[in-house]
Amino acid sequence: MISNYAFRKFKNHFFFILCAVCVVLAVVPLLSILWEVIVRGAPQLSINFLISTNANGGIGPAIQGTLILIGLTSLIGIPIGILSGIYLAEFGNNHYAATMRSINDILTEFPSIVVGITAYGVIVIALIGSYSAIAGAIALSFILIPIVARTTEESLKLVPNSVREASLALGAHKWRTTLSVVLPSAKSGLITGTLLAVARISGETAPLIMTILGNRYFFQGLDQPMAALPLEIWRDSLQPYASAQAQGWGAALILILIVLSLNIAVRLASRGRFKK
Amino acid sequence: MGKHYPRLRWIALNHQIPPKFFTKKIKITGDFLFKNLAAVIAASAIVILIITGYVLTTDSVPVIERFGTDFFFGTAWNPVEGREVFGALPYVLGTLVTSGIALLIGVPLSLGIAIFLVEMAPRSLRVPISYLVELLAAVPSVIYGLWGLFIFRFWILNYIEIPLSTYLGWIPIFSGTPFGLDLFTAGCILAIMIIPTVASISKEVISAVPNSIREGAYSIGATKWEVIRHWVISYGRSGIFGAVILGLGRAVGETMAVSMLIGNATGPAAMPTSLFQPGQTMASLIANGFLEATGELEVAAYVGVGLILLIMSLLINVGAHIMVTKVLKVKGGAVE
Repeated sequence: MISNYAFRKFKNHFFFILCAVCVVLAVVPLLSILWEVIVRGAPQLSINFLISTNANGGIGPAIQGTLILIGLTSLIGIPIGILSGIYLAEFGNNHYAATMRSINDILTEFPSIVVGITAYGVIVIALIGSYSAIAGAIALSFILIPIVARTTEESLKLVPNSVREASLALGAHKWRTTLSVVLPSAKSGLITGTLLAVARISGETAPLIMTILGNRYFFQGLDQPMAALPLEIWRDSLQPYASAQAQGWGAALILILIVLSLNIAVRLASRGRFKK
Repeated sequence: MGKHYPRLRWIALNHQIPPKFFTKKIKITGDFLFKNLAAVIAASAIVILIITGYVLTTDSVPVIERFGTDFFFGTAWNPVEGREVFGALPYVLGTLVTSGIALLIGVPLSLGIAIFLVEMAPRSLRVPISYLVELLAAVPSVIYGLWGLFIFRFWILNYIEIPLSTYLGWIPIFSGTPFGLDLFTAGCILAIMIIPTVASISKEVISAVPNSIREGAYSIGATKWEVIRHWVISYGRSGIFGAVILGLGRAVGETMAVSMLIGNATGPAAMPTSLFQPGQTMASLIANGFLEATGELEVAAYVGVGLILLIMSLLINVGAHIMVTKVLKVKGGAVE
């Protein structure tokens, strides 16, 4: 009996340590990634690296391309996503909305490369006829829309009904209530969700391969191929030359700075709000 | 219009539809416009789904017409014009093997993290650790690939693959000369990438287990681990199952990191016979080969592989949704 108890106690401690080891095993890769990206990427940084073309040892076109992509995708995806979310949250008590909700759930889990093939088939082949910046933006907004729609819905549902009723009781129409009362109340949730979604798409690579293709020069038009940071990292890392690989690490540092600063800003801003 | 009016009148009379039905005017108000505009915009989800399905099916028709079932069960991959032959089987199997490795390694780790965060960690550590685990999800896939290619691959090669192949090389799945760019490394990087998904959902599930369950178990003398193992985990297992399936969905569709680490075999060489040999998944095949595709048939072959990937991921996700809701409905979230 005693030995059995000792064994159970031992097992308890053993699994406690095992769970702690799991945490360490997950955190080590993250710290290693951050460490290597900083150590290998930081020596690359210079004004020249940030603003000149690849021929002059810089990644200017890629940075510019990523910023353009983020802007265009947000312009297409955020309004559509937020309006869909409004419908799902405010008018969503029917079969149609339930269907759209589950389709959005499925779309958020779509393999991103499949989205790339879709944009390739529709825009690169059928509509524009060449690899183009706009095709990349549309592919990315296919990924952005479902995420924004779902997070918008979630944050609108957190707004208490009494707020809506108060506005309706004052004689406001439903649309007026939604736009001027419900949306502002859910503002911080909306901003958080949208920024996280933008952070996610700014690191997407797979759909860009067959849509924007990459470009050695600065932006040349929406219907022309364009460079982007993730593509730059991908191509550089597969090159056999140390200088190209170093350039890839520099690009990775810039990309991770963009993505992580969006994430950390969101978490700092929403701290306390989502604390459980 | 007038010609049809008597007929409509007849229908109205014989089916007791109030005549108002035909004269009802839709009143265009702000609310009407707003609601319907939002409804139309909300249809974007189904539009995206239909466009995706349409493009992938129509664009892969040439290759499926030409090779039929051989496209799904063949192993050859030859894009040379005049002698083209395409078979997707090695890549389907490669996807299954890498995702399987990812689940085998990633799920226990994620469960450990979730249990540690909810049940064991001191309160002051909980928030920082869950931030760190969530940051794992924020790192872009291509940076995982870059890190994997220059650092992680050598960890796996030196500390796992070389010892395993030296001592257990006689087992077929560990045979071959490890090089670090193979199915096993790709599976390991996937394991890291699914941790945030599985861990955060499992964490939610475990913290949703009511405290009365824990208190009841403690009161009959169970140790902390026994409470977790026999009560908490069983109570939340349907939710944890859902988390695992979502992790599987993520692993199946993951592209960039895998394409940089898997070694890019094509054709019969990509059939996964040993873990320590280069392979290929469906997603990595498309990422690596799509741009080099020349003939119409070759492009169609890549799109066809994309179609298989899409169907597989749809089945996994829809299955997970149906299963989890069903399980929750039947058991009401309680232990059997």
